[in-house]
Amino acid sequence: MISDQLATAPWLMWFSIAGVTLFLIMAFNALAAVYVERKVSAFVQDRVGPMGQGAGLHAGKWGLLQTVADAVKLLTKEDIIPRAADRKLFIMAPFVIFIGAFISIAALPFSSIIQVIDVNIGIFYILATSSLGVIGLILAGWSSENKWSLYGAMRSAAQIVSYEIPAALSIIVVIMITSTLNLQGIVEAQGGIVWGFLPNWIVFNNPFAFLAFFTYFIAGVAETNRTPFDIPEAESELVGGFHTEYSGMRWAFFFLSEYANMFVVCGIASVTFLGGWQSPIPGFMNSPFWGLFWFMSKVLFLMFIMIWFRWTFPRLRVDQLMSVAWKYLLPISLINIFGVGLWILLVGA
Amino acid sequence: MTERLIKNSFIHGEEMILNIGPQHPSTHGVLRLRVKTDGEIVSEVTPIIGYLHRCFEKHCENLTYEQVIPYTDRCDYIASMNTNFGYVVAVEELMGIEVPEKVEYIRIIMAELNRIASHLLALGTFGLDVGATTPFLYMFRDRERILDMFEMVCGARLLYNYMWVGGVSHDLPVGFVEATFKFLDDFEREIDEYNNLLTFNKIFIERTADVGIMTPEVAIDYGVSGPNLRGSGVKWDLRKNDPYSIYDRFDFNIPVGEGTMGSVGDCWDRYWVRVLEMHESVKIVRQALQQMPKEGNVHEALPKKVRPPKGSVYKRTESPRGDLGYYIISDGKPSPIRLKMRSPAFTSLSVLNEISRGWMISDVLAVLGSLDIVLGEIDR
Repeated sequence: MISDQLATAPWLMWFSIAGVTLFLIMAFNALAAVYVERKVSAFVQDRVGPMGQGAGLHAGKWGLLQTVADAVKLLTKEDIIPRAADRKLFIMAPFVIFIGAFISIAALPFSSIIQVIDVNIGIFYILATSSLGVIGLILAGWSSENKWSLYGAMRSAAQIVSYEIPAALSIIVVIMITSTLNLQGIVEAQGGIVWGFLPNWIVFNNPFAFLAFFTYFIAGVAETNRTPFDIPEAESELVGGFHTEYSGMRWAFFFLSEYANMFVVCGIASVTFLGGWQSPIPGFMNSPFWGLFWFMSKVLFLMFIMIWFRWTFPRLRVDQLMSVAWKYLLPISLINIFGVGLWILLVGA
Repeated sequence: MTERLIKNSFIHGEEMILNIGPQHPSTHGVLRLRVKTDGEIVSEVTPIIGYLHRCFEKHCENLTYEQVIPYTDRCDYIASMNTNFGYVVAVEELMGIEVPEKVEYIRIIMAELNRIASHLLALGTFGLDVGATTPFLYMFRDRERILDMFEMVCGARLLYNYMWVGGVSHDLPVGFVEATFKFLDDFEREIDEYNNLLTFNKIFIERTADVGIMTPEVAIDYGVSGPNLRGSGVKWDLRKNDPYSIYDRFDFNIPVGEGTMGSVGDCWDRYWVRVLEMHESVKIVRQALQQMPKEGNVHEALPKKVRPPKGSVYKRTESPRGDLGYYIISDGKPSPIRLKMRSPAFTSLSVLNEISRGWMISDVLAVLGSLDIVLGEIDR
C-alpha cells in the first residue's frame, strides 16, 4: 500500500526520470569523451586512432562505435574479486565514486530551464559532493589488499584534499562578485557587456578573477586525477594505482566516474567563470535551448583542454604535486581573494 | 645528497618491502626490483635478475663461430648491429683478418644508425617512465624509418645477423645511400621537436634534474660506461679512446654531462648526453656515406672456415649502452672453448641502489629509465 502510494507520488516519478536522464548523460558523456580522447591522442601522436576499415562493420565509420564495443566487452567480462580483498568494500567502492559524480551533475544548470535540482546553495553543494569520490578511492585502494592500490589511494587522498582548498578559494572570488551561492543566480549575474566589448563573464570581470579561473582550472585538473597530476593511477609507477585489482564493469565504473568528474569540474568552471549558458555575444542566440548549446560547448572545450594536457605533459612527483598546491596555488588564490575584495571596494562588482 | 629525503623527513613509519616486476610497465623487460620503502621514500633497491637467462655463454661453447652471431643479436636486441659488431671484430682480431674498406664503412654506418635507433628507444621509454606518452610515439616513428632501412639492407628489422666474420651478409642495396641522407636531413629537425616537447619541458626538468645523481667517482667505482658514464662528466668513449675499426677517420665530439639543469650526473644529464650523441652519430653516418668507396666486394675477405688459432682475445667496442667486451678463448677447434661477454647494462644496473637510495618510488623508476638497461644483455 505504501509502495503503491510511493509509486504514484509525482516527486518519485520525477526523481526517477531525472535520475535515469542523468545516468544516460553520464554514460553518453563517457562514451563520447573516451572516443574523443582516443582520437585527440591519436592526432597529437601522429596516428589515426580507432578506424573502421576493412571488410564488414568493424568499429563504424572513423571508429565511432569503438567505445560502444569497449563498453559491451567490459559488460560481458568475468567479474574478478581477489581472494584476499575485503569483499564488501571492494564491491562498494566504484559505486561510492560514481555517486559523488552523479549527484554533482544533478545541480549543474545546463540552461536557464534545464536543471535537475536548483538549490539555493548550489555551488556549496557541488563543492561538497564532488569531493565525495575520494572516499571511494580510499575504499578501493584499501580493500584491494594490494600495495600498489594502497599507494594510489593514499596519494589520491592527499592530492584531492590538498587541491580542494585552492579550488574552493577560487570559487569564493565568484561568490564575492555575484554575492549569491545559487548557480542560476551566478549565471544570470554574468549577462551583459564589460570593458566595452567583452561578455560580462567573471573571468573578464577583473584581473584577479582572470587569475582565479586558471587557479581553479589547474586545481580542477588535479582533482580529476588527470595528467600532469595523475599520480594516483600513474601507470608507469603504480601499475594502475587504486584500480589495479579491478576489472570488467567495476573498472568501467571508475572510468565512467573519471569522465563524469571531468564534466563536473569543467561544468563548474564554465558556470562560475565562463558565463554558463550565457551567449558569448550578449543578446545573441540567448534562448534557453541555445543556452544548452553554449553551456555544452564551453564544457566540451575545457574537457578538450584537459585531454590536450594529458597527451602533452609528463607527470609530476608526489611531493612536487603537493608543493604546487600549497606553495603556489594556495597563496595565489588568497591573493586573488584579497585583490577582488579591493577591486569591489574601489571599482565595484 | 642521496640521503637528502630520508634526513629531511621527520616522520618514520614501518618499512615495507615492495616488489616491482618482473611484470611491471616500467621495468624495461623482465627485471624485478625488491624495494624497501618507508612510505614513498626508498631506503634500498635490490635488482633481481635472471628472468631472461638463456645460457648464452654456455651455448656458445657448442656452436661454431659463425653460429654465435645470431645469438649475439638476441643479447642486446635493441642494438643488434652493435653487438654483432663487437663479436665479429673480436673474432677477426683473433684470426688476423683484414676486412675490405667498404665493409668497414658499411659496418660503421649500420652501427651508428643502430645507435640512433637505440637511443631513440631509450629516450622514449624514459619519457614514458616519467609519464610523457607522446614523445615515445614520435621517437618510435623515427626509429621505424631506421628499421625500414635495415630491412632494405638485410631483410630483418630487429635481429639482423648482418655482420659476418670477415664481411657483411649483403652489400648495400640500390637507393640506400639516398634514403639514408634523406633520413638524416629529416632527423636533425625531429630532434628539435623532441627537445621542444620533452627535453626542455618544465615538468620533465623538475622530475629529472638533480635526481639520481651519479658522481664521476661512483660511476668509475662501479665500472659504469657509455652514456651513463659520460652523463657524469667523464670523457670516455672507446670510439675515441681506444679506436677500433676505422673510427679514427671521423670527426666527431664526445658529449659529456655538464649539469645544465641541475648537478652533473643527474637523470637529465644522462638524457641530454644521449640526445647530443644522436647528433654526433648523424655526423659520423654523413661522413661515412661520403667517404665510402663505391666499388668493393663485401664477401671478399670471408674465410672459408672460421677456425681461429689457439689463443685468446679480449676486444671491447662502444655499444649504445657502453663498453661491450668479448673475451674469446680458442683451442683451434671450430667452436670457442669459452666466450665471455662483458655487458655494459649489467654494470649500469648495479649502480641503481647507490644512486636511487633516499629518493621516492617514482624517482627509482625515473633513474632506472635514465640508465637505459636491456635485460637481454644483462641476463644473457
